[in-house]
Amino acid sequence: MSTVTQRAGPAGPAHPLSGRRPFGDRGFQVVALASGLLVLVILVLIAVSTTQQASSWFSAEGLSGVFSTTWNPAAGQFGALAFIYGTAITAAIAIILAVPVSVGIALLLTEVVPYRWARPIVYVIDLLAVIPSVVWGLWGILVFAPWIQNIYTSIGSAVSGVPVLGALFGPPVSGASFFTCGIILAFMITPIVTSLSREVIATVPAIDREGAYALGATRLEMIRGAVWPHSQGGIVGSVLLGLGRAMGETIAAALVIGSSATITSHLFAPGYNMPAVIANEFGEASGVFRAALIGLGVLLFVFTIIINIIARGVVERSARRKRGA
Amino acid sequence: MGYFYMQCLRTQRVMTAGPVLVVMALTLAACGSSSSSSPSSSSSSGGSSSSSLSGTLNGSGSTFQLTFQQTAISSFKSVQPGLTVNYGGGGSGKGRTDLASGVVNYAGSDSPIPAAEMAGFKGKTVLYFPVVIGPITVSYNLPGVKNLKLSAPVLADIFQAKITKWNDSAIAADNPGVSLPSTAIVIARRSDSSGTTQNFSEFLVKAAPSVWKLGTDSTIAWPANSRGGNGNGGVAQIVKTTPGAIGYVDYADAKASGLTFASIKNQAGSYIAPSTQSATAAADNATIEPNLTFSAIWAPGASSYPITYQSWDLVYQAQSSSQTAKGLQAYIGYLLGPGQKLLPQLGYAPLPSSLDQKATAQLSKIGSSSAASASPS
Repeated sequence: MSTVTQRAGPAGPAHPLSGRRPFGDRGFQVVALASGLLVLVILVLIAVSTTQQASSWFSAEGLSGVFSTTWNPAAGQFGALAFIYGTAITAAIAIILAVPVSVGIALLLTEVVPYRWARPIVYVIDLLAVIPSVVWGLWGILVFAPWIQNIYTSIGSAVSGVPVLGALFGPPVSGASFFTCGIILAFMITPIVTSLSREVIATVPAIDREGAYALGATRLEMIRGAVWPHSQGGIVGSVLLGLGRAMGETIAAALVIGSSATITSHLFAPGYNMPAVIANEFGEASGVFRAALIGLGVLLFVFTIIINIIARGVVERSARRKRGA
Repeated sequence: MGYFYMQCLRTQRVMTAGPVLVVMALTLAACGSSSSSSPSSSSSSGGSSSSSLSGTLNGSGSTFQLTFQQTAISSFKSVQPGLTVNYGGGGSGKGRTDLASGVVNYAGSDSPIPAAEMAGFKGKTVLYFPVVIGPITVSYNLPGVKNLKLSAPVLADIFQAKITKWNDSAIAADNPGVSLPSTAIVIARRSDSSGTTQNFSEFLVKAAPSVWKLGTDSTIAWPANSRGGNGNGGVAQIVKTTPGAIGYVDYADAKASGLTFASIKNQAGSYIAPSTQSATAAADNATIEPNLTFSAIWAPGASSYPITYQSWDLVYQAQSSSQTAKGLQAYIGYLLGPGQKLLPQLGYAPLPSSLDQKATAQLSKIGSSSAASASPS
């Protein structure tokens, strides 16, 4: 906290805190500063120690080996590209599925639904957020994957000859696949994106909405013209936070992604992503294999930090623009 | 406003009740533990097994041993009530790492310490105590085919997706006179890393070296259309619910899921089904190293089941406290003695008696580095 500015009265400083600060205040400042620094120190220590443990992977494989497509521990090859691809694909599927639904629910709750129905709906959506990740994974692999496999099989056989669709949705199909993982992740990030978007949309001043209506706008035109410009930064920020969560989600992904380290355009085929391979293989790994798994953790750490920095940047830039810089 | 005031009051009441409950619980726990530890506090430096020991032993590692350890720990309680044993599982790799860093007293491992990890043990001698043998079944889902026979080269081709249909001529050659359907073969394998995968692939490397190209490790680069299951139970579920599936499952889990297993051709040329007896026969015929490591995979012998594997409990020879050393001797002695009788109903196989004797003789090597101190803590 910055020091209080001195307000000089007729007989010298008026504010009792302007001179030597009392002990409690100084003590609190020290404790608060130490706590903040502690968080930073822990973050740096995590980054340094994991990179150190992963160093034998980086040195054994070199840059080309680290980003190669072959992951074959039995033959000593540890290329991470298949997992980076898997993380990107499942996160992309989750975002594409979750964002329209979440923003739609947020707009529904703020614009369409009467206030007394909005509260129970918000409560139910927040319940989705409380479901533990492992429960999502178990439900996914025991109930959802076998059921949706039949749907995948019929879609796959329907589009198998078609040029682009066949490459995306054609065989091979499996219940545990990129797409199933994407759907489960979409379920998991919907509550976050919905509640953050709803908060942002609720801060749009009523005067802007009423102004739009007064000019004869329909509801959709009002949303496009008055709500969206105000809230776009916040919504993009909340989407990016949801993306960060989707990238790091571990146990649900480990159970439903199919555990096959391949790069393929077929979204219904089994795949693998970074958190899933770490969770599945860490127990029995040793030597360079273990270093490779820790290295994948480091890469994931770096990616999620980048995503979160971008999210904060977008939110702050839009907030600054709203305040008029 | 009144509603929130009531909430505050209620929280206040809970917040005063909470610490009181915690104090009461702690007092009860202290009373309970003090009454149970008083007889064992008289533990002396005598080494007889009838003296009661106290303390805690921690172990972690192989999940293959997990069921055995849990059952043995609970029946060990009636032998040594003052000695608490905990086994955490987590995988053989984790167990060896925990032992190297001193977090646990013993580690369960499905394989000897690999060369890459030896540095972590800093030159200290590690004793290997084999405790359990188990067959890995090749379970399949083919309604109408009851006694499938498979040889190692055919298995290698099936699991590399070179043979894709059940009525392939190679499978028919192993099963003369059996009518095989033209169902597609679905490979079921592990999605997580495991000693079961390591030993199954080791079998394929030893028994079909020219055919099996994927090597041996706790995780293998399986063909792309294979289905991964989490744990032996996951693979068992895939086999049970998918017609045409074939997968490698621990004997205990395969029996529990009611799967049908194949008979595998062993080194002597006979097709042997997995069972307690055929697994023990394999271990009996394996070559035992002086430090009691061995591999029962692809063991010679007419009645040996060729995909049998084993698990050890690893212990440091030098122990810093004589109380821990005695505790380890008592517990591992129990695993090698009365504990072996628990194995068949759990789906494992007991050690052959010659190996059991060698392991029991090694128990006396678990010693304290400081001979003078004998007072229990």
